[in-house]
Amino acid sequence: MKYLFPILVILTGILLSYALYQALEVAPTDQLQGDVYRIIYYHVPSAWTAFILFFVNFGASIYYLIKRCQVADIIALTAAEVGVVFQTVNLVTGPIWARPVWGIWWTWDLRLTSTLVMWLIYVSYLFLRRFSSSGETPVLAAALAVLGALCIPFVYFSIWFFRTQHPQPVIGGGGSMDPRMLHVLLLNWLAFSCFAFLVCWSRFRLEVLQREVDEAHAMRSLMDKPGVRSRSTR
Amino acid sequence: MTSNPYLFAAYAATWIIHIVYIATIMRRYSRLKREVDELNRK
Repeated sequence: MKYLFPILVILTGILLSYALYQALEVAPTDQLQGDVYRIIYYHVPSAWTAFILFFVNFGASIYYLIKRCQVADIIALTAAEVGVVFQTVNLVTGPIWARPVWGIWWTWDLRLTSTLVMWLIYVSYLFLRRFSSSGETPVLAAALAVLGALCIPFVYFSIWFFRTQHPQPVIGGGGSMDPRMLHVLLLNWLAFSCFAFLVCWSRFRLEVLQREVDEAHAMRSLMDKPGVRSRSTR
Repeated sequence: MTSNPYLFAAYAATWIIHIVYIATIMRRYSRLKREVDELNRK
């Protein structure tokens, strides 16, 4: 068990390297876009991974609101933070891809705008958790997470139901993709999912340790109070 | 190996974002470890 995390780190590193090799060398070049289309192998898996993490945040938040379970609260926080990182990657790589293909960095179409709004909601969630000192912060954050989760299907299906500058989905929804490209895309998604799992694991352990330290500080300051000390020595 | 500057920028940006985030986790973890050691010494 002690060596499980380092072993998984090594395996994930190998998988990420292999997926990178597949993305840059093995996947065929797109006839219209050339090599720049290969951004898809980082852009799309980042978005999918963020969706999954936000969905985990939603489930854990619901569970916390019902049961007031501390572990669920930590899972919700972890999933939201790592999800924001992956969504940031998606929002950064998107414009870098759009510039050579569309001729613009950004446009306020439905998919791009709703993705940005969703990112802002989860950043607000993290700000609330970071800067609010109220004892009700986890409850407020869980309620915000439930509202934020309403954005997930809207963002995901926006390109299915509306005409947008953003291309149609590569899987389902009328889109199509060369099977060799799809294979590399799914491989990269698997690699990024494993990577996200390990980052979440580290972040979870950090949060558990943070809460233990906070608790120890609270206990110490309680014991240092003169009244408490005299009662305890009686 | 492809040499498209946009492709390079996108991949580099991805890893810079992830590495910066992992570095903040590691920095916070080592700070907490120091705090735990101090609490144990007291």
